[in-house]
Amino acid sequence: MTTTEREQQVLDRIERARRRRAKVREERITLSHGSGGKATHTLIEAVFLDAFRNPLLEPLEDAAALAIGGAQLALTTDSFVVSPLFFPGGDIGDLAVNGTVNDLAVSGSRPLYLTAGFILEEGFPVEDLLKIVDSMKAAALAADVQIVTGDTKVVQRGKGDGVYINTAGIGVSIRSGLGVSSVRPGDAVLVSGPIGDHGVTIMLARGELDIDADIESDTAPVHSLVAGLLAAVPGVRAMRDATRGGVATILNEVAAGAQVSVIVDENAVPVRDEVRGASELLGIDPLYVACEGRIVTFVDGAQVDDALAALRSHPLGAEAAVIGRVADDPPGLVLLNTAFGGTRIVDMLVGDPLPRIC
Amino acid sequence: MRFVDEFRDADKARALSAKITALCEPGRHYKFMEVCGGHTHTIYKHGLEDYLPESVELVHGPGCPVCVIPMGRIDDAISIARRPGVLMTSFGDMMRVPGSGGNFFDSNAEGTNIRMVYSPLDSLKIARQNPDLQVVFMAIGFETTTPSTAMTLLRAADEGIPNFSIFANHVTIVPAIKAILDSPDLRLDGFLGPGHVSTVIGCRPYEFIARDYGKPVVVAGFEPLDILQSIYLLMVQLSQGRAEVENQYSRVVPWDGNLVALKVINEVMELRPYFEWRGLGFISHSAMRVREKYAAFDAERLFDVPGVRVADPKACQCGEVLKGVLKPWECKVFGTACTPETPIGTCMVSPEGACAAYYNFGRFSRKRVREASHA
Repeated sequence: MTTTEREQQVLDRIERARRRRAKVREERITLSHGSGGKATHTLIEAVFLDAFRNPLLEPLEDAAALAIGGAQLALTTDSFVVSPLFFPGGDIGDLAVNGTVNDLAVSGSRPLYLTAGFILEEGFPVEDLLKIVDSMKAAALAADVQIVTGDTKVVQRGKGDGVYINTAGIGVSIRSGLGVSSVRPGDAVLVSGPIGDHGVTIMLARGELDIDADIESDTAPVHSLVAGLLAAVPGVRAMRDATRGGVATILNEVAAGAQVSVIVDENAVPVRDEVRGASELLGIDPLYVACEGRIVTFVDGAQVDDALAALRSHPLGAEAAVIGRVADDPPGLVLLNTAFGGTRIVDMLVGDPLPRIC
Repeated sequence: MRFVDEFRDADKARALSAKITALCEPGRHYKFMEVCGGHTHTIYKHGLEDYLPESVELVHGPGCPVCVIPMGRIDDAISIARRPGVLMTSFGDMMRVPGSGGNFFDSNAEGTNIRMVYSPLDSLKIARQNPDLQVVFMAIGFETTTPSTAMTLLRAADEGIPNFSIFANHVTIVPAIKAILDSPDLRLDGFLGPGHVSTVIGCRPYEFIARDYGKPVVVAGFEPLDILQSIYLLMVQLSQGRAEVENQYSRVVPWDGNLVALKVINEVMELRPYFEWRGLGFISHSAMRVREKYAAFDAERLFDVPGVRVADPKACQCGEVLKGVLKPWECKVFGTACTPETPIGTCMVSPEGACAAYYNFGRFSRKRVREASHA
């Protein structure tokens, strides 16, 4: 057998292993399972999707698309466990409302009603709870949604981290057919503003780094930004909000889901100097850092100018940018043309982005 | 952004690339090892290999300090962390390096309390704040991080903090380079010297590489232009038939190193007779331990560490891959026993390691990736 044949044999073996059904190898849940990267995907596919499998769940979009009595609805849920609870630019209350509003918005719906579930830890200051609830009230008002039902539980001291919030939301579809499966070669990729603000703000707010930077979370409801974009651009294919796992994770999900390649130009990706600086110091990549008010949009390449203009006409999208394009080869990969002039593959994250010593 | 963008200028990179290409002798293949994991990261992050002609190849060296820690030491750390009342701390990238029964995340899922810190001083702070806990810092790294560990220990001794100790796993770079040089089937033409390590030890310790082995060394900085310029300097030396130690990173690295830092290390630490490296086996005088004088701060003495020795499976050929003798796919356990999910050797542990990169993306040639991205 020639060297080339032997190498091909090894590559084929890896490919077979890759296609095997996802399986959770760990005996216990680790923090990596919550990071939004590979471990989270494996957990979702091997445990939850495997058990609950149905055509509405299977696309694994941000919200499920439901048809009930002639109405096209979207349903989603999200839980919030952020630490610290209060940070520059917001708190867990804004996040809990905006997160669910945004999941509905990017699925092409107008958010209508939310639920709110609170898990409170014994000893948690009522004053803090009031502040959080005030933020939720203000966020709901801003997003034009109502919180219409809820639940409260209290756990023993030490069994929770102050407060956890779950919200679910329902919206009515304003554009159907959006989703990863609609993305095709020739589409353009846009982001609605600078990336990584939220994640870096949280890292700095934890106070472990002794770095001061004039930066705050980008938490915001994107429903009106999305509505403006959809009204102006018929060729929107898919939208995602770049939360946990950042823009890189979204792009990988789309590349894998649509079996296309996504090619990104690093120079075109908007990143604030404060976020870049902190990321350089920590050895993490802003592409993987969470945002809470930014959307990644795939649109028909022929309508990219209209899409950019529509995003920029909204205050939340003033710094929107075209960051890349969709092609057919190599399928499933995200490629980055680096600012330095090289090329690299942007992989799905294995676990949380960890600061490096080397 | 100032102090960053100057070192990432694509025009300057193109100019250096042309100069490197011009120095390539027809028909000759050049193989350089970047010793330091930080260099590997820069090369990968910026796609630097796109600037190199086909005949110039970079081999990723043993200089990722978390990747070379053997499974046994991680098992030892977990056994310390399992004791009641122990809180262990370590650097972030240590958290995912596997021992024989899982990594620190897995161990935390089983009940240990191993926390990530950004500096050993943070660990000392945790000790001050939690007098009821035994706080153990799992110290790792080459000479780059050893001084900060040593300084922290001295401060703990000064302040008389009784509940703080160090589990020392500091390694030294020169014996590892020597082990690679002594390999009979070595196929390297030169070395990019580790910039950060050299800020502490200086450039003199590499002189034997040029003198005794006839291989050029250029101590390199960590920005992509630093690395390209260092490759260019190596090519110049080869084209002129020279083998010397040169310092490309002179804006940071003094030729004689940091004498204060070396003194502090020497006060607190001493060389171990030998230490095991993942994939490379035992290398004599290649790691540091806490001196007897500071035994009260040495976790290895305080906790009676089991000294687990987990044999690397015999078939693991990391050493050969590191030396550039084997391609990743030629290793006997590659893709079967050793995968990114269950890594055995150092080359598979780090996502940028030669084997992990090949496992994930080997099916796409660089040429295909480059053509697709520039189409």
